[in-house]
Amino acid sequence: MSNTIETLLVANRGEIAVRVMQTCRDLGIRTVAVYSDVDAAAPHVQMADEAICIGRGPVGESYLLPEKILEAAASSGADAIHPGYGFLSENADFADACDKAGIIFVGPPRRAIEVMGDKAVSKRAMIEAGVPCIPGYQGEDQSDATLIAESEAVGFPLMVKAAAGGGGRGMRLVHDAAQLPEAIALARSEAENAFGNGELIIERAVLEPRHVEIQVFADQHGQVVHLGERDCSVQRRHQKVVEESPCPVMTEALRERMGQAAIEAARAVDYVGAGTVEFLLDTSGEFFFLEMNTRLQVEHPVTELVTGLDLVALQIAAAQGEPLGLDQSDISLSGHAMEVRLYAEDPNADFMPATGPVWQWLPPCGEGVRVDAGISTGGEVSPFYDPMLAKIIAYGSNREQARRRLLRALQDMALFGTTTNRDFLIDVLEQPGFVAGKATTAFIGETWPEGYCSDLPGSSELAAAALVQFLQARATARQSALSSNNELLNWSSTNDLESAYRYIVSEEPFDLHVSPTSGQDYTVRLGDEAIHCRVLAFNDASAKIRLQGRTEQLRFYAPDAFSLHLSVGSGPVFSVTNLAAGEAGVAGVAGDGAVLAPMHGVVLSVEVEEGDSVSAGQTVAVMEAMKMQHALEAGTAGVVTRIAAGEGDQLAADQLVLEIEAAES
Amino acid sequence: MPVFTSRVPVKSDTYEKNRQAMLALVNELRALEQRAVDASNKRLPVFEKRGQIPPHERVARLLDPGMPFLRLHTLSNYLYEDENPETSIPGASMILGIGYVSGVRCMVWVDDSGIRAGAYSKNTVATAQSIQAMAMRQNLPLVHLVESAGANLMDFTVENWIGAGAMFRNLAWSSAKGLPVITVLHGPSTAGGAYMPGLSDYVIGVKNNGMAALAGAALVKAATGEIADERELGGSEMHASVSGLVEYLAEDDAHGIVLARDVMARLDWNAKSGSEYFEKSKYSDPVEMPRYDADELCGVVPVDYRVAYDVHELLARVVDGSDMEDFKPGFGASTVCTHASIMGIKVGILGNNGPIDPAGANKAAQFIQLCDQAQLPLVFLNNITGFMVGTEYEQAGMIKHGSKMVQAVANARVPKITLYVGASYGAGNYGMCGFAYEPDFLFAWPNASSHVMGGEQAARTMSQVAEVQAQRKGEEPDRDALAEQEARIIAHFEKQESAFYSAGRNLSHSVIDPRDTRKVIGFVLQTCLEGRQRELQPNSFGVGRM
Repeated sequence: MSNTIETLLVANRGEIAVRVMQTCRDLGIRTVAVYSDVDAAAPHVQMADEAICIGRGPVGESYLLPEKILEAAASSGADAIHPGYGFLSENADFADACDKAGIIFVGPPRRAIEVMGDKAVSKRAMIEAGVPCIPGYQGEDQSDATLIAESEAVGFPLMVKAAAGGGGRGMRLVHDAAQLPEAIALARSEAENAFGNGELIIERAVLEPRHVEIQVFADQHGQVVHLGERDCSVQRRHQKVVEESPCPVMTEALRERMGQAAIEAARAVDYVGAGTVEFLLDTSGEFFFLEMNTRLQVEHPVTELVTGLDLVALQIAAAQGEPLGLDQSDISLSGHAMEVRLYAEDPNADFMPATGPVWQWLPPCGEGVRVDAGISTGGEVSPFYDPMLAKIIAYGSNREQARRRLLRALQDMALFGTTTNRDFLIDVLEQPGFVAGKATTAFIGETWPEGYCSDLPGSSELAAAALVQFLQARATARQSALSSNNELLNWSSTNDLESAYRYIVSEEPFDLHVSPTSGQDYTVRLGDEAIHCRVLAFNDASAKIRLQGRTEQLRFYAPDAFSLHLSVGSGPVFSVTNLAAGEAGVAGVAGDGAVLAPMHGVVLSVEVEEGDSVSAGQTVAVMEAMKMQHALEAGTAGVVTRIAAGEGDQLAADQLVLEIEAAES
Repeated sequence: MPVFTSRVPVKSDTYEKNRQAMLALVNELRALEQRAVDASNKRLPVFEKRGQIPPHERVARLLDPGMPFLRLHTLSNYLYEDENPETSIPGASMILGIGYVSGVRCMVWVDDSGIRAGAYSKNTVATAQSIQAMAMRQNLPLVHLVESAGANLMDFTVENWIGAGAMFRNLAWSSAKGLPVITVLHGPSTAGGAYMPGLSDYVIGVKNNGMAALAGAALVKAATGEIADERELGGSEMHASVSGLVEYLAEDDAHGIVLARDVMARLDWNAKSGSEYFEKSKYSDPVEMPRYDADELCGVVPVDYRVAYDVHELLARVVDGSDMEDFKPGFGASTVCTHASIMGIKVGILGNNGPIDPAGANKAAQFIQLCDQAQLPLVFLNNITGFMVGTEYEQAGMIKHGSKMVQAVANARVPKITLYVGASYGAGNYGMCGFAYEPDFLFAWPNASSHVMGGEQAARTMSQVAEVQAQRKGEEPDRDALAEQEARIIAHFEKQESAFYSAGRNLSHSVIDPRDTRKVIGFVLQTCLEGRQRELQPNSFGVGRM
């Protein structure tokens, strides 16, 4: 068959690129990765048979450049492009361009993307196809008067949404008519800024609904099936946090109705490939069409685990024009699957995206656990891309088993370096409401009305940190020592040595003293408290310690001799820096505020003025001496308080150029 | 191989009695050591006010956590400067020992500036020389944390002045020998003390408190009339940027210690010092532990040296697997010579099950020479009241055979470790490698008793002499006067024979808890073997300070 795919280019990065390549590898398809310069060492680049750099870090200079990707496809001889999710996956023009270049776009046809990409158009199409939709207004008349009048008809509370929107942007909940004009103005302006299209729709707000979506699949020959549902109700600001299948309140009859509606939705746009029809399900069992995602979803593994199907393989088969070969009756759901999304973000700082190095990534493993990850130890989380690092999915014969396995997987994993939402995910999975399967889209807001805040490390956790630092320093010394015996460890002839550790937690100092008592027993002193610890096992990255009568698994990473990132049991990851080694010892010597001439020479320029704020290392003046130019740097961050030399001045060595008053750190 | 089977019933009344008596002595030792810590801690508020870390905590921060640390001369100066046992503060205002800094076994010398601001005690200079000599002998780098008010002019002596000269000479010799000295100036180091940084290889000066000057402001005023500012005169900041005496400037005490550890780490000292030898050696785990608990040492060994016991009982709680092979067990039986290993290090051990007779001396001399031939370290467990006396023994050549043993001990080239575990008297001490025979290390249990002879014996000897003199003159000896003299002699001897007294005069390197015997011997054997494996790169004049 002429449509056979030999080489597939994945126009994406991170875990989804890796995921797609895994199936390609299984199918014997050669893979091509594209990457930006900051992703040169990323896992998807490592995994591909060929990798092509398509530009710089910002997405607009690489992953969102259709021409670059098509060039890469041409030069690598790719006969198909898989767009993954995000980036160009729902870009109809790109799908078109692929067609024109004679390259198979692994995704639906242009029309399906276009229709479903516009909330108003899609809603009109769905109403026409008989798919239940939320009562509302999706007309072309966008005047404020019409929108307000239509709102009265829809009834409050209601949502004002950007027609071209997604991801919660350009969306406003309105409780009464008085709020409406402002909500319309804000939503329109957001929509224009975010999507370049200010068109709005009005919808009745379905309060505290479940988010239940149906996975559909269609081939090029008109066969459409559904693969059951996924409940994605646990969301934070419309971003999914937990996804599971089946939905805890699903019944056979409801699945049949929702599945049929989803199939109708797909048929209405002549859908091909993998798609997801999202519905809101209210407490009475009534459901409403929300939108259709014309791509592979992030949470597709949940469906794969309960159906036993490989959705990427099905996508590739459909793209090659093969018949699906499955009837609805061939598809059954067995067991339960649950997924969480591990993000580089700080739950304690209002989920601010985090970046930074991945010092250590120890993914969980075990029965029923699947990890789709786009990171590796030694990598870097850059600010340019979505902060999702990995998906952790657990399968069980029932919901509780899946939940427990997922919880265990999160507790077992370790990621040190960038901050992650792991502790938040653990917390979510342990909430009674979630355990009972009662979570709706209001769950997170109701559970943490004041915002999320993880527990601060207590004395046991700090004692564990001090003990780990003690043991690590001992191991390092022992490694270097010429001869050392186990029986001499922790021994001093006067039996009175204590190692000091000082940590600052929430601006409060904690002074801890570790002293070995006997064998593997230690006492950690913290003020008047004596914390007894027994080391049961200790290695480079983990330890098992009996702490205050409880056996705890510790996981840690030490970026240097002074700092430690640690988690105790299923508790949060926290980091400490031992200031007992001296703040200067930890931070390196803070520079002096005086900038002096390094040698005899002439001042070429002074780059700052009095009152300027400067950062440490910033060039503040340039001197010429011995025919060489010397950039003089600020030794400390602060404010320039005095300029003592000007351009053209001849200075002797150590003569003052300018002074900086150090900023309070 | 013969594994020794203990015959001492553990938990018997005698055992318990021994144990209680020994533990009381250990407690006495710990209380004396604590006296120095308490004295030092009285000055904690001053350190806190100055933003300084107190000396004992400096030690803990300098050392690698959890690595072994052997304190030396903890009782130095005890009963030496202050003869009152109730008030005498041991330690000579220093905290000394062999420990690990950045994985390197080294000599650690920390001035205890909590006691009289670190001013020299009567025994400070001699004690410093002792550990300097030890460092040079064992090829150990030296780390010195300096903060000393220097000589106390009120009671300084010419001996101390000359001794201080030797201390500085030792620094020059160390540098020339190829042994680096790292010094942190935590506080003042004035007058003679200024040569401490001056003669060190690496100097880290702590800002604000670190200070070195040939003469402090007071002496400068007296000498030249100049009114000098202390920091301008000798502050770390000045030395780091103007005089060049200080290599590294530290923000505070903690930073200074971090820098010292860093300097040591960067010397990469272990990489070029016979480490291949140690990789191949068997001085690491696993070794077989003794079959009997070290804790039992306190119960199986009587505190009173007059009560006989089998030294094998002691060894069974010290050597690997309680496994030993006696050399000539049937010849000169009371002098025990045996082969065993401690922490995997094979050694020849000499012990006493009674006085040394001619056969015993003969055997010991032969054994010592054989160990020297085979390069086996020697361990001497002293519980010896002396060489046998009497006509029979003199005729058998006790002097000749004893001298042979002394000659062998004095000239053996292998590492020698001596432990006083009971009596160590007279020439028995010489034969069993007493302090004068310069063992690499000498430690005493707290019950140890050493002198030229026992007090009673000395007293009776003197009475005997007096009685003979009286008889010669045909007079009746004054019994009362003799009884009084005996009591005086006994008291005089008893005072001096205690392990604590000897340690105060640096006639041992430390008094140890008997239960630590295996650890101490194992640790110092490693120290000796590492030191002897190390090839230094000597130079003629030491590294000149630029």
